[in-house]
Amino acid sequence: MIRRRALAAAIVVGVLAGLGPALPAYPLTLITQALIFGILAMSLDVLLGYTGLPSLGQAAYFGVAAYAVALLATERQVGLVGCAAAGIALAAVTAAVFGVVAIRARGTYFLMITLALGMVVWGLAFRWVSLTKGDNGVSGVPRPELGTLSLSAPLPFFYFALVTAAVSWALLGLLVTSPFGLGLKGIRGSESRMEALGYNVWLHKYLAFVIAGVFAGIAGVLWAYYNGFVGPTDVQLVTSVEALLMTALGGPGTLIGPVLGAGIIVFLKNFVSVYTKRWLLILGAVYIGVILFAPRGVVGAFRRQRR
Amino acid sequence: MSTPVGADLALRLVGVTKDFGGLRAVDRVALEVRPGERRALIGPNGAGKTTLFNLISGSLPVSAGSITLFGRDVTNTSAHRRAAQGLARTFQVTNLFPDLTVLENALLAIQAHTASRFAMLRPMGVFAELQARARATLESVGLAGVTDAVVRNLSHGEQRQLEIALALAGRPRVLLLDEPTAGLSPAESRLMAGLLGRLDPAITVLMIEHDMDIALELSARVTVLHYGCVIADGSRDEVKADPQVREIYLGA
Repeated sequence: MIRRRALAAAIVVGVLAGLGPALPAYPLTLITQALIFGILAMSLDVLLGYTGLPSLGQAAYFGVAAYAVALLATERQVGLVGCAAAGIALAAVTAAVFGVVAIRARGTYFLMITLALGMVVWGLAFRWVSLTKGDNGVSGVPRPELGTLSLSAPLPFFYFALVTAAVSWALLGLLVTSPFGLGLKGIRGSESRMEALGYNVWLHKYLAFVIAGVFAGIAGVLWAYYNGFVGPTDVQLVTSVEALLMTALGGPGTLIGPVLGAGIIVFLKNFVSVYTKRWLLILGAVYIGVILFAPRGVVGAFRRQRR
Repeated sequence: MSTPVGADLALRLVGVTKDFGGLRAVDRVALEVRPGERRALIGPNGAGKTTLFNLISGSLPVSAGSITLFGRDVTNTSAHRRAAQGLARTFQVTNLFPDLTVLENALLAIQAHTASRFAMLRPMGVFAELQARARATLESVGLAGVTDAVVRNLSHGEQRQLEIALALAGRPRVLLLDEPTAGLSPAESRLMAGLLGRLDPAITVLMIEHDMDIALELSARVTVLHYGCVIADGSRDEVKADPQVREIYLGA
C-alpha cells in the first residue's frame, strides 16, 4: 500500500518535472503556486484529516515564516539557508506558543480559538508598522540562490518548489503511517478511549499542532520567495479559509488530496478572477458544493468507491 | 516508612463522592477490592455505577474522597497515567475507533504502553513485535478472523469483544468492565461470559453487569449501589438474602 502510493507519487513528480521545460511561464508559475499551497494544505491535513482538529489559523504559521524570510532577505541580505531556518523556526515557536492556548479547546471552540490567534498575527502584521511596514507589506524579496545556482527564473524555482513539496509529502506520509500517526487517527476516533488506553491525548495533539506549524512555515518560506512580496493579506483569515477549503475539497486524511485541492483552487482562482472580482462568492459556492456532494473530498470519494 | 494503608488492596475507595451541581450521583462510597478478586457492582438504573467507574478511571474528578491503586494514591492522577499504572476499562456504550481496522485498534492499545507510540518516521509495519502482540490479543478474544475489517462494519457482538481486547491488550492489573454484555443476544452473552471466565486469574476485575446470572456466575462478591450509596456488600448469598436489596433491586 505504502509502496504503491510512493510509486504513484514518484510518477506524478516525474511527469511534472519532465513537463516543466515544455510549459510556458504562466502555467509554470501557477503550478509552482499550487505546490506551495499544497504544502500548506498538507500541513493542515495533519490536524484536520488525521487528528480531527479543524484549525482556522494555519495562515499564521505560513505568514510569520514568510515575514521572517522577507525581512531578513531585504534588510539583512541573509541567504536561503539562514532565511529558511529562521522562518521555519519562527513558525515552530509560534505554533508551540499558540498550541498551549488552542489545544485545550475542542471542536468548534478549537476552530474559534485558532481563528482568533490567526487574527492576532494579522493584527501584528497590520499594526506593527515599524517592523512589518503595515499595509504596505515587505516588497522586493529577491529570489534566492542555491549554492551557485540562481532560482530567479520560473523553471529552477519550479523545481525547487517541486522537490520541497515532494520531500514534505514523503515526510508527512511517513508521519501518518507511523505509530505516532496511528495515535493521531485514534484521537480523531475517540479521545476518551485514547485516554483510557493510556495516551496523553493533549501531548499528542500538541505535537501534531507544532509539526503542522513547521510545514506551514516551509510553505511560507517558499511563498515569500515566490511572490517577492509579503503583506497582511498573506496572514489574513481568507488565506486560512482557503487552506481549509483546499484540504476539504481534495480529501481530508489523504495528504495527496489537499495538494490536488490546492491545484484546483489556485487554477480556479486565477481563471475566475479574470472574469469577476467576486472570487470569494465562487469560493463559497465551491465550499457548499463540496460539503453537499463530496463530504470526503475528491480523493476521499474515489477511495470509498474502491473499498 | 511504614507500609501505606491499603497497600495489600488492588483498589481502595474512601468516601468517594461526586456532585453534579445539586445532584449527588455518588455518595461517600467505600470499596475495597483485593488483588485477583472478581467483584460485581450492581444496582438499578441511575444508581451511579458508570459515574463511579468514571471516577475510578479518572475520566471525571472526584468531588471528595480518595482512590488508591495498589497502595498508591491516584485521586488526582490523570486518566492516562492511571492506565499506565495498570488500570484498564471498557465502556458501556461501545467506544472504539470506528474508521480503523480491527488490527489498528489493537495496535493502538498495544503501543500505548511502549515508547514506540512517539515513533514518527517509521511506518507501523516495521514494528513486528507490536503486530505480533496485537494479533495474539485479537486471537485471545476470538477476533483473529476479522483483523483487516473496518470496525464500523463489525457486528455489535464483535465490537463488544473488541472492547474487551483493547482493555486486555495493555496487560492490566485492574480491569473495570462496564456492562460487557450490553446489547448482546443470549447466545452472544454466553460467549462473552465464557471469555470473561477464562481471564488471567491474576487480574483484578470490577464488573458492572445487569445480567444477574452472569454477574453471579463470574463474581464471588457483590457490591450493591443505590442512589449513589453502597447499601450492601458481601458474598452473593448474603447479598441475595439482604432484605433491602430484595426490596429495591430484585423487586420482591
